[in-house]
Amino acid sequence: MSVVTSFTASDGKATSSDIADRLERMPWVEKYRPKKLDEVSSQDHAIQILKRNLQTANLQHMLFYGPPGTGKTSTILALAKQLYGPNLFKSRVLELNASDERGISIVREKVKNFARLSVSNPSKEDLENYPCPPYKLIILDEADSMTTDAQSALRRTMETFSNVTRFCLICNYITRIIDPLASRCSKFRFKLLESEQSLNRLKFIAERENVKLENNSEDEVLQEILKIANGDLRKAITFLQSASRLYSLNIKNVEDQDEDGDVKLNDVDINGGSSEFITISEVREIAGLLPETKIKALLSTIQSKNLDAIFQFLKDDIFLDGYNGAIIIETIHDRLLLGNEYEENEENISLRLSTKQKIEISEIIFDTDLKLINGGDESLQVLNMVLKISQILK
Amino acid sequence: MSLWVDKYRPKSLDKLDYHHDISKRLKALASSGDFPHLLVYGPSGAGKKTRILSSLRELYGPGVEKLKIDVKTFVTPTNRKLEFNVISSPYHLEITPSDMGNNDRIVIQDLLKEVAQTESVDFSNIVSNMKPTINKKNKFKVVIINEAELLTRDAQAALRRTMEKYSSNIRLILISNSTSNIIGPIRSRTLLIRVAAPTNIEILSVFNKIIEKEDLLKFLPKDEIEREKLLNNIANYNDRNLRKAILSFEALYMNNDIITISTPLIKLDWEEILKKLADSILIKRSVANIQHIRSILYDLLSHCIPARLILKTLVINLWEFCSINDKKYKIKSKDEVKLKIVNTGSIFDERLSLGSKDIFHLEGFTIKVMVILEKDSL
Ligand SMILES: Nc1ncnc2c1ncn2[C@@H]1O[C@H](COP(=O)(O)OP(=O)(O)OP(=O)(O)O)[C@@H](O)[C@H]1O
Ligand SMILES: [Mg+2]
Repeated sequence: MSVVTSFTASDGKATSSDIADRLERMPWVEKYRPKKLDEVSSQDHAIQILKRNLQTANLQHMLFYGPPGTGKTSTILALAKQLYGPNLFKSRVLELNASDERGISIVREKVKNFARLSVSNPSKEDLENYPCPPYKLIILDEADSMTTDAQSALRRTMETFSNVTRFCLICNYITRIIDPLASRCSKFRFKLLESEQSLNRLKFIAERENVKLENNSEDEVLQEILKIANGDLRKAITFLQSASRLYSLNIKNVEDQDEDGDVKLNDVDINGGSSEFITISEVREIAGLLPETKIKALLSTIQSKNLDAIFQFLKDDIFLDGYNGAIIIETIHDRLLLGNEYEENEENISLRLSTKQKIEISEIIFDTDLKLINGGDESLQVLNMVLKISQILK
Repeated sequence: MSLWVDKYRPKSLDKLDYHHDISKRLKALASSGDFPHLLVYGPSGAGKKTRILSSLRELYGPGVEKLKIDVKTFVTPTNRKLEFNVISSPYHLEITPSDMGNNDRIVIQDLLKEVAQTESVDFSNIVSNMKPTINKKNKFKVVIINEAELLTRDAQAALRRTMEKYSSNIRLILISNSTSNIIGPIRSRTLLIRVAAPTNIEILSVFNKIIEKEDLLKFLPKDEIEREKLLNNIANYNDRNLRKAILSFEALYMNNDIITISTPLIKLDWEEILKKLADSILIKRSVANIQHIRSILYDLLSHCIPARLILKTLVINLWEFCSINDKKYKIKSKDEVKLKIVNTGSIFDERLSLGSKDIFHLEGFTIKVMVILEKDSL
């Protein structure tokens, strides 16, 4: 059952206000998911080839790979829509992802059964508007979470029914796809998004959604979002929406106390008047990053070499405040090793460190990261890391 | 009679005692009638769940408190039947998939799809009973996922497309102690809300409310300063964990006719045992003691105290004892020793998660610490 039918089952047809309503309630990442290949930004190479394939309606098996939030799922869905149009889509496309059972038995049955079906006939109308090529498309999204057995079971199916079916595998890590499968596909690498194109996309969304950003200088807030998102456009869009949901509402007199001493949170005026603007520090808070004051305190505590102070600081000001270990590692890496990006002043410790010290620090960071990946306890591992680094700093 | 922690759990955003800025944001979020998937994280006992339930009440009215528990059965691919508890109100579900261990993926796959695909609640009949701020826009169903940090990778992967595909009729609220174990693709699909543990001052203000409502003043020290000191001790002992703090305040009250500044706090058995254990590791460094310690460790493990928690607590205790009592243990350089203990702790902590025999690693840690002290004492 599709989302649309389940949603409107009670009153028969979806009215246009229903649809508008639903759009309203969609997370922005969904609302602004590219609907056509042309709308996918930054992946010029892949898109160019796919567009050519679309024109000739001639597809091979495909393998999309690349980091999260770079447009893989969006691209294949857009391609499928443009190939078949909305009507034919239902009978021609099978999408399976990690939320579907995809063990070996499913691959043998469900996938195989769909793959061997002969293709349905497109209506005249569809034929006029869409290429409607004579094969079906099976999308295996998040294929890196399939077991190798299940992947092996696919090999035959892929070959046997290639006259009526094309596959598209999608994954983050290409190394998790077994060779015999990968070698049957033409591969498309999705890159981390370039900041200029992402910026344009964010600006577009911010404008459409009426997001009010603090504008002390050129797009500073959006730039900060992009920097934190680090090439993952979904992350960037989610941050933007979070910030606007949490911070840009106009909230009046929220902290009046009523008679019982309860803090009265007055009703909120959503669209009215001059609202708060989203600031850089709010964006950082949403991303769970340390505020600048905390970073300073962290760095000066490390330098103090007072072990008990370090112990206490990590416990009270980091972990009990809910910040996570990965953030501390990142911050330390950023400020001690990559400090060149920051101003050359007293506080920039990295400029004072020798190469040898930096190497030692990166070894410690590496060691901690590994232990955490192996399932180590955050607070203990980070404590050990910070203590060790404190011994290296002079 | 219900426990104070339940009795005095605030039910609406207005009544929450601290982090007013977060309450304010949540109120804004709820009143906009819509919110993205949420990942609410923070240390345990910080009030994450209370805050979420209050927000749901803001969104749906008191109906969210009409809870029932269902037992659902699932069938694994290997045809094993599993039973699973689901708590629900007409508006939301609450699940703890980590109860199912490695089968959590199946719960996520089946249950969430079932919820997302069945018709969402028809709000038109209910709207009239709800607060006027609620409009019929809230056509999605909320699913609270507890202990999200314990979800297996497979279960998390199963969430990815579900969160996208059904985003117009389902909202997930993941509750987690930390974001570290949540995979990136999920973090980037959620709005992150950090809930810090309350400060001691904030805990005291909660205590004072309870004192007033339960009329406890007559059982407490008359002197205001002493009273404050007592409450502070309770808060301090519980490391800013509000739930623990209230429980231990109540236990103190139940166990004593009158509470004075010198009334001993009620302490958890296993925590006290670990304190003694740490002291004994530092002072009695012998093979005989190792055997003794082993039997205590076995005992703790058989009482379901997780090995990782034992190790971490030991490291903290050892640290504190070395700081305060370095004379007693004849430590030469206490900084040196403390650094080594933490380092050893970090090694055995990793081994605990890689290996499978907890007792080996706990014992290994104990012995290693004895060796450190042997080398570093006068
Ligand atoms: N190249 C892009 N152009 C435009 N929008 C994009 C692009 N990449 C990502 N987005 C935005 O991010 C959202 C997520 O993208 P998508 O689902 O395609 O990512 P993905 O590559 O499949 O990620 P994952 O590996 O996590 O599944 C889209 O809905 C869209 O809003
Ligand atoms: Mg995807």
